[in-house]
Parts: sequence; C-alpha cells; structure tokens
Amino acid sequence: MASRSSPPKAGQAAQSTSTPASWSPGFQPPARRTPDPLTRGLGWASAGLGVPMLVAPRWFNRFIGVGEAPRHQATTAFAGVRELAAAAGLLGSENPVWLWSRVAGDLVDLGLLGWSLANHDKQGWQRTAAATAAVVGITGLDLYAAVTRSQRKSEMDLTAAVTVSTSPREAYGQWRQLESLPQFMAHLDEVRSTGNGTTHWRASAPFGRSVEWDAEIVEDVAGERIAWRSVGDPDIPNEGEVRFRPAPGGRGTEIHVTMRYWVPGGKLGETVARYFGEDPHQQLDDDLRRFKQIVETGEVVRSDGAPWGKRARREFPQHPARPLSPNELEEVRS
Amino acid sequence: MRANCWMGRNSVAVQDVPDPSILNRRDAIVKITSTAICGSDLHLVDGYVPTMQKGDVMGHEFMGEVVEVGDGVDSGKLQVGDRVVVPFPIACGACAACQAELYSCCENTNPNAGLAEKMFGHPTAGIFGYSHLTGGFAGGQSEYARVPFADVGPLKIESDLADDQVLFLSDILPTGYMGAEMCDIDPGDVVAVWGAGPVGQFAMDSARLLGADTIIAIDKEPYRLEMAAQAGYTPLNFEDVDVRSALLELTGGRGPDKCIDAVGMEATHGSLPVYAYDRAKQATRAESERPYALRQAIMSCRSGGTVSVIGVYGGFADKFPSGSWMNRSITLKTGQCHVQRYMKPLLQHIEQGDLDPTRIITHTLPLEQAPHGYDIFKHKQDNCEKVVLKPAANGGGA
Ligand SMILES: NC(=O)c1ccc[n+]([C@@H]2O[C@H](COP(=O)([O-])OP(=O)(O)OC[C@H]3O[C@@H](n4cnc5c(N)ncnc54)[C@H](O)[C@@H]3O)[C@@H](O)[C@H]2O)c1
Ligand SMILES: [Zn+2]
Ligand SMILES: [Zn+2]
Repeated sequence: MASRSSPPKAGQAAQSTSTPASWSPGFQPPARRTPDPLTRGLGWASAGLGVPMLVAPRWFNRFIGVGEAPRHQATTAFAGVRELAAAAGLLGSENPVWLWSRVAGDLVDLGLLGWSLANHDKQGWQRTAAATAAVVGITGLDLYAAVTRSQRKSEMDLTAAVTVSTSPREAYGQWRQLESLPQFMAHLDEVRSTGNGTTHWRASAPFGRSVEWDAEIVEDVAGERIAWRSVGDPDIPNEGEVRFRPAPGGRGTEIHVTMRYWVPGGKLGETVARYFGEDPHQQLDDDLRRFKQIVETGEVVRSDGAPWGKRARREFPQHPARPLSPNELEEVRS
Repeated sequence: MRANCWMGRNSVAVQDVPDPSILNRRDAIVKITSTAICGSDLHLVDGYVPTMQKGDVMGHEFMGEVVEVGDGVDSGKLQVGDRVVVPFPIACGACAACQAELYSCCENTNPNAGLAEKMFGHPTAGIFGYSHLTGGFAGGQSEYARVPFADVGPLKIESDLADDQVLFLSDILPTGYMGAEMCDIDPGDVVAVWGAGPVGQFAMDSARLLGADTIIAIDKEPYRLEMAAQAGYTPLNFEDVDVRSALLELTGGRGPDKCIDAVGMEATHGSLPVYAYDRAKQATRAESERPYALRQAIMSCRSGGTVSVIGVYGGFADKFPSGSWMNRSITLKTGQCHVQRYMKPLLQHIEQGDLDPTRIITHTLPLEQAPHGYDIFKHKQDNCEKVVLKPAANGGGA
C-alpha cells in the first residue's frame, strides 16, 4: 500500500484519475501551441523530397547524377520513406525528436553522396556535387532547428499517491511546514520562509546543477489541500498541489500529489536525465514513501545498503549490506 | 568484528567488517550469542535471489544481548542488557500492514522499496541479510548486528531457556507454524508436507499441535525422512514412489486435505527430464523457480482443500497448474512469515513443553566455520539438518 507509480510518461496527467478536474495553472506557461514556421517548413520540405524519391527513384537519381541500378533506386526509395515519416512527424506533432531524426538522416545521405563522389563515373558529377552542397546546407538548418526547438520548455506532470495511517489534519500539518520538505524530497536542498506565504526554494537539478526560485502559496485549506507555484521568471517554472482526503473505512489519509514543471530540453532532457538514473517519477514515489516514514515512524529509515536517507539516489549497486566504516559513517552523518 | 559474507554465487567467507552502529533513533545493537543457517540463505548462495552484492553480511536467524540502544527506543520495552530473539522481518509497528499483523509486508522498513516494487508490484518489508531487494540490511551471521525498530520486533527472553530452545523463534518455528495455521486444520485432516528440512519439520510439529490426524513427510533425503518418522510422521520418498499415487493410497483415494510446500524455488524432481527442463529454464532466466513441490501439492490436494506455501519463491513460475487449482476449488495461501505475530504464543508452547525446537539441530559450529556449515547443509552431508553458529566460540572479541 505504498505509493503508486504515477502515469508512466510525462505529460500524461490526463490519464491519472487522481488529477483534480479543477486544476488551474497559476500562470501562463511558455506558449507552445502556435505552429512553428521553421519546423513546419522543414516538414513540408521532407514531404516535397520524399514523394519523388519514393515514387520515381530512377528519375530522382538521374537528377542528382548518381547510379540508376536497382540497388541504387532501392536506396533512394528507402530514404524517401524516411523523409515521409519525418514529414508526418514534424507536421503532426512538431516534436523535436523528428528534427533530430532529420539530422541523422542528413548524415546518412552525406555519407552516401560522399561515397558516390569518390566512386563517380564522372557523368553528371557537377549535379552530384551540387546535391551534396545542398544537403550540407540542409543539415546545418536541421541541426539549428533541432537544437533550438529542443531547448523549448515542455511541460512535465508528475502525480503520485500514498496512504498514511494518521488523520488528514496531522498529515496536512506535517506537509504545511514547507521548510521540512527537504527532509524527504530528494531534489530539494532548502525551503526558506520569506514571510507572507512566500518561500525561497533551492534544489539540485540533473547533471549537478542547482536551481533557485521563489514560490507563493496559492491555496491553503487546513486538512484538505495545499497548492503553491513559483513566481517571477525562474529557470524551471513549477507548481505543486497536495490533497489530503480520508481513506475509506478509517484507513487513514490518502495523499495525492501533483507536481508540474516546465523543463528546458523537454522530453529529450527528461530522457537523458532518466538515463543517468534520475527518473523524476520514481523520485516522487520515493519522496512520498519517505514522507510516510516520517509521519508514521518519526524519521527516514536507513539500511547499511542505503544509509544516506533521501540522498540514496542510486538504487543499485549500493553500499554492500555490511556496517559502514567510521569514515563512511562520518559522511552519512554530515 | 567477524561476519559471514556473501562473496558471489556459491561462495561465502568469514571476514573482518566494521562494527555496526546506530543509524536510526530506534536502533539497537545486539551482541549475538547464537545464529543459524537457513534454507533461505541457500537461495542467496545459489544465486537465485537478485540484488545480492559482494560483501553483504548474511543471516537472518539470530539472538543475543542488547549492548546499545538509540535515544528513540522506548525504554519500557527494551534496555541494554536484555536478552532478545530478533525476528527476521523488520517491522515498524505503525503502518497499516503492521497494524494488521502483516509484519513481513511492513510499508516503512524497506529503503529500497522502489526496487522491490518493480519486482513484486508492491514493496515488502526490510529483512536482515536478505539481498538489497529487501532493504540491504546487514545480517546476523556475525558478532554484532544493528536492529532497527528495536522496541517493536525483538522478543525478550526472561526465563532461563537455553539459546537452542528459543533461537528458532526468529524464523523457522513461526514459519512452520504459520504454514500449518494457514491450513485451517479440522479434526481428522490429513496434512502432507513437502520438504523435511527444518521448516518442513516445524510445519509438521505445528500441524500436530493444531490437531491434524495424520501427517505425511515428503522428501528425498533418507536421514531427513528418518527424522520425521522418529517424530511420528509418515515418510514418503519422492525418488522411490510416484507422489500423487502414494498420497492417494495413503488417504483412501481422497488426497490430503491440506498440503504445505516447505521446499520453495529450488525443488528437485525424481524424473530427470522434468528436472532438466526447469533447471535449463531457470539457468537461462526463462523462469526463476523450479516449482515441482508447488505443482505437485496443487495436483495432489483433495478438491476444496488448502495449499499453504511457505517455501520461498522469487519471481515467476512456469507451468503453474491453474486449471487444477481453479476447477477443484483449491485455496492457496502464502507469505513470508509474520514472525512477530507468533513469537510470544510459541515461546509459551516451548515453555510448556509442547514443542521442542532443539530436535532438529544436528550441528553447532563456531561462526568461523560458517562456510563449512553452508557446505554440509546445502549438500546434505553428514546428515545435516540444521546448523547453529556461535560467534562467541570464535575466541576473539569485536
Ligand atoms: N515463508 C517464510 O517466511 C520462510 C522462512 C524460512 C524459510 N523459508 C523457506 O522454506 C523453504 C525450506 O527451508 P529449509 O530451511 O527447510 O530448507 P532446506 O533446503 O533445508 O529444505 C528443503 C527440503 O526440501 C527437499 N525437497 C527438494 N525438492 C523437493 C520436492 N520436489 N518435494 C519434496 N521435498 C523436496 C530437500 O531435499 C530439502 O530437504 C525454503 O524455500 C526457505 O527459503 C520460508
Ligand atoms: Zn530463515
Ligand atoms: Zn510497518
């Protein structure tokens, strides 16, 4: 009955039945829904190339001055399929992943063209050289689009829930001391009250970076609900909400947490972070488990294998399950 | 201090490791006087439980004297100098599972709950010396051990009962008892127990205590079957007979009313091709169990009967006889033992002489000889049934 994993992927809050229908973003996140001309332009360019490559590969190859043997035509047709897939992706979702797929495709094409130039029968050599130059230019454009579009902020929703054996009021009371959130939330280093319902937060971000922001409480209903959001122009705009409700049959209190971040690097950043073992969903689940430990037993439980409490980021391998040396103990206690 | 450590598949070694210290406010440090080797330890040594790490201290059956307590330990419940038996599951006493006396499912004591959740769907309690999946807690095959939530689990022994009489309250006696209790034994019941290892023997003793009429012991080791026969149970060697037919024979064609699997994931099979099939799948990780005892128990049990599983399983079983289970209204019950639930009542049974846990001890060795103990216990040499280790016999201090 510990915390349940939130929706498996970012941006799927809708899937979670626990997300309140009344969720109201406290501020306007960076607009993301207006079509991006560059992305769409590259999408149409992909479509414009992909159709002739697939439908008339022989004609296309003659046009750029490369071989017309069946295997050369097949290569071109295959590249056409790739272009059409990128077109569909870019025009459909504008997801930067498709821009990166274009960059990868460009590199393959450059390799093929380079090979053609090196092994050319000299007929139509200029046309092949021109095509190569064009692809070099397009690669630059794709790379630019991919990098800049990937840096857009994308929204990441995390939800998690846990049931604790205390009353909603007690659980709420514990959470309402925002200053003690860092006791169990792994990424938080400090939350400091700055008066009047405002707080200053400091957190560690992936890759050893650190971020700070100011936040204000936007809703506070004793024993039921706390909601806060960042103010100003922070690097990672974010907001959070915790709802406390009695579990059925006197089973204590259900705690439902929703956190929303607008993260730079979007999905790509999240994927990379996950690769380095900082899956944000898992982290929120673990945060709630530690909250439960504090509420029910008074402190975060430590073992020889995971002696660092909330700093135990890495699941495995850990410290061996044997007592810590005096030095290790020193480090854990500091 | 000296401690018996997991050094890799099929390898344990007694090594120097740091002395344990208090990490949480409700910890105690126990100076160990007796500790034991369990069939569960064999699953670790044989490499069937994932997330073991080189250097992990083994052991989850231990007792001793409290030599230090954290400042959060309730002094009305535990003090320095107390003599205690430590239950193998670590339980907080406060969560919903603990309040329902499901101590081995405690929701707060496994710092690696996220890992366990991936494996099991939901996490389970911390366990001493039993992989990082159950928290990465150092075990008790050592001179000292750190015991978290020391004012919840450990049972104080205030009488002058010898270590050997109470040590098994830490695990196998409650486990055997829970195995029998889950059977809801009615007068006249025939209970068949797969496995005449220490856990199986105690399941048999408990079944008798709970009123079973006839108790059948199934194993292949003649000396273990002999031990069961000595205690008054009907031995059945699965290498000599077809188990299902033999059970039908012994029960007038009804099949046993209640069946207990006290074997677990490393069962062997009388028929070589069948054994080779699951052995190969297990070696290639296509399944994690060799569930012969479980399959046989379900197939053999009378319709409407109960199969109680205390043998440990770790992952996924193949060829689970779901048709037999479902169509014949069989009840399947199981669990890691909720030891804390049974310690006091079983201590009473020991004091009254209803149970004699010492009957299974065949070897008492100094801690230093733990690797030898594992060897004879695993390979069933020297008629080994249960090994008790004595850290004090080491000669040296911490
Ligand atoms: N549920 C719990 O809380 C709990 C606690 C302790 C131990 N256990 C488990 O109980 C099981 C037994 O423990 P143990 O200490 O007695 O171990 P053990 O290895 O000494 O005993 C197992 C016995 O089963 C026999 N066996 C093997 N294949 C068999 C088969 N197909 N049919 C019948 N018998 C067969 C072996 O010959 C052996 O005597 C292990 O899986 C152990 O992990 C569970
Ligand atoms: Zn055991
Ligand atoms: Zn608990």
